[in-house]
Amino acid sequence: MAGFSIIQGPAVALPQDNIDTDQLIPARFMSVPRKDGYGPYLLHDLRFDAGGTPRPEMPLNRHAQARILVTRRNFGSGSSREAAVYALVDFGIKAVLAPSFGDIFASNAVNNGLLPARLPEDRIEAMIARLGDKAEEMTVDLTDGVIRIGNEVIPFDLDPIWRLKLINGWDDIDMTASHGPAIAAFRAARAKAAPYAMLDGMT
Amino acid sequence: MTSTPSTLFAKLWDAHQVLLREDGASLLWVDRHLVHEGSHHAFAKLAERGLPVAEPALTIGVVDHYAPTRDRDRIGDPDIARMIRTLEENTNRHGIRCFGMRDPRQGIVHVMGPEQGLTLPGLLINCGDSHTSTHGAFGALAFGIGATEVAHVLATQTIWQKRPRTMRITVTGQLGPSVTAKDLALSWIAQLGADGARGHAIEYAGPVVEGLTMEGRMTLCNLSIEGGARCGMVAPDDVTFAYIKGRPFAPHGAEWDRAVQDWRTLATDDGATFDREVSLDGATIAPTVTWGTSPEEALPITANLPDPAQLQGARADQARAAMDYMGLTPGQKIDGTPIDQVFIGSCTNGRIEDLRLAAAVLSGRRAKVPGLVSPGSALVKAQAEQEGLDRIFTEAGLEWVASGCSMCVGMNGDLVAPGNRCASSTNRNFKGRQGRGARTHLMSPAMVAAAAVTGTITDVRPLLAGRV
Repeated sequence: MAGFSIIQGPAVALPQDNIDTDQLIPARFMSVPRKDGYGPYLLHDLRFDAGGTPRPEMPLNRHAQARILVTRRNFGSGSSREAAVYALVDFGIKAVLAPSFGDIFASNAVNNGLLPARLPEDRIEAMIARLGDKAEEMTVDLTDGVIRIGNEVIPFDLDPIWRLKLINGWDDIDMTASHGPAIAAFRAARAKAAPYAMLDGMT
Repeated sequence: MTSTPSTLFAKLWDAHQVLLREDGASLLWVDRHLVHEGSHHAFAKLAERGLPVAEPALTIGVVDHYAPTRDRDRIGDPDIARMIRTLEENTNRHGIRCFGMRDPRQGIVHVMGPEQGLTLPGLLINCGDSHTSTHGAFGALAFGIGATEVAHVLATQTIWQKRPRTMRITVTGQLGPSVTAKDLALSWIAQLGADGARGHAIEYAGPVVEGLTMEGRMTLCNLSIEGGARCGMVAPDDVTFAYIKGRPFAPHGAEWDRAVQDWRTLATDDGATFDREVSLDGATIAPTVTWGTSPEEALPITANLPDPAQLQGARADQARAAMDYMGLTPGQKIDGTPIDQVFIGSCTNGRIEDLRLAAAVLSGRRAKVPGLVSPGSALVKAQAEQEGLDRIFTEAGLEWVASGCSMCVGMNGDLVAPGNRCASSTNRNFKGRQGRGARTHLMSPAMVAAAAVTGTITDVRPLLAGRV
């Protein structure tokens, strides 16, 4: 995956707490192969009524070009389904700004080049008030760790490990490949220290 | 010899750390990797790179998320059939042991693992499922991961992680009659919030936790994720060892003795410190139910719903939206709310002890609403049938079906109809979790049984008095 340090584009507000991954992608869409694209399923039951008609009041329906999502606490909580991140990414979202994220979701996001940026609740509420139901151009700068909107420059929080990973576009399997000998040595020591941890293969 | 006192978590973490990178990321060795139908994304990633599975023997597959609970021999839905077939093909191709649809050991991954003795103290256990925290009940370091991470574990048997902070939840006193681990878990989540333990590894401790059975400890650790924790764990003790001994994949003979000796050293040392300490009095916990659309929106059965007018800003919005979705009114009593159906099962509360308690409530009584009882595994099902529990459920008017994730997540087609209210022994009351527009109330299996008998959300205590 290519690294990046700047995200630029329209930001929209989704002022709800606890948007869990079941809402981000309802379970019934999860048997779809990734190559078919998950964008249409993003927040499906919030965006579409039971008859499949888009709800006009839903910000993501009115601003399909949105690249940055501003939302409330505990975004991406619940199920570990990475499909929630696929839905956001395939829709075109590059960054989510919230006071807190589900841990597994945040990790999945970074693994797919989606930025989970944390901001204090009062900053988020001010941004939500500013955006209202409109979209507004925003820039997220990973190198400086700030968000620029209008004349405002607002710092955000991101684990330094994840910051490096996003900027460099690191892939974990590639990174780990260089540690093969250390892993092999560890495995041998583990088998000796804790024999119960090993299992025989199928015969 | 003196050494710095250490926590259970630190001992587990340090025993699995292959290396620590300069930026603070740890590469950890994975002892057990559990896969299910949802792992298809990860197997596809592996195939794209042309990589083998590094440790097929340490990888175990099981069909659960999409497992039909009826008519297993002819799966009507082609998507469901394909999901199950894909897992069986992937595990077969890579030489991975898999408990498929016809295996007598099939069951929900977090029920099957402990049941088979695959889950042991001291292990690091990963699975592409957030409720992997369940296995922490054995004193294991167990946490859910996403598809990219599943692919990484398949390819390398290791995982990159940032060390979480530590938190101890100590439960003092004792639980009242008919109050269970489920009530305890919902109660702490209501107090601290659904993100209250975010970024933390929880250790549950104190006399109430020590007094829980393994089933109770698994329920408690299972729900750690609903409070935002990375994982939850309980120090292994004689209760743990008695549960594991003799299970198919547990060590035997001299190996068993040596393992137990090792496992006894895992408990948190006196004087070890945690980043956060929380204490609860077990005696103050009542049977607890959720009223909203997040597990943090939970109340003792004796309480009334909040009034959004008394709340501020985002909290008021959240409460209003939840009541609107749930069809409830501000300030109303939760006790007496009519329900449409019940569900007993899931990785949270689908074990034999859960079924026994629900059956104790239902015995000789009739359910006023329809409902489904899905045991956590085929072995739990067989055990329950041997004990005659299935007859208690069916004579009460509930449907007794095969094991799987079933109506907890609805992937197999077991769904709650739009607008229907379901009393459920599961773990998530999220909007649409049990089906689009479904209204879920989480509670213990005993409380679900009480709801079935009265047709309303109600206090199980009078119904169980004198029965257990």
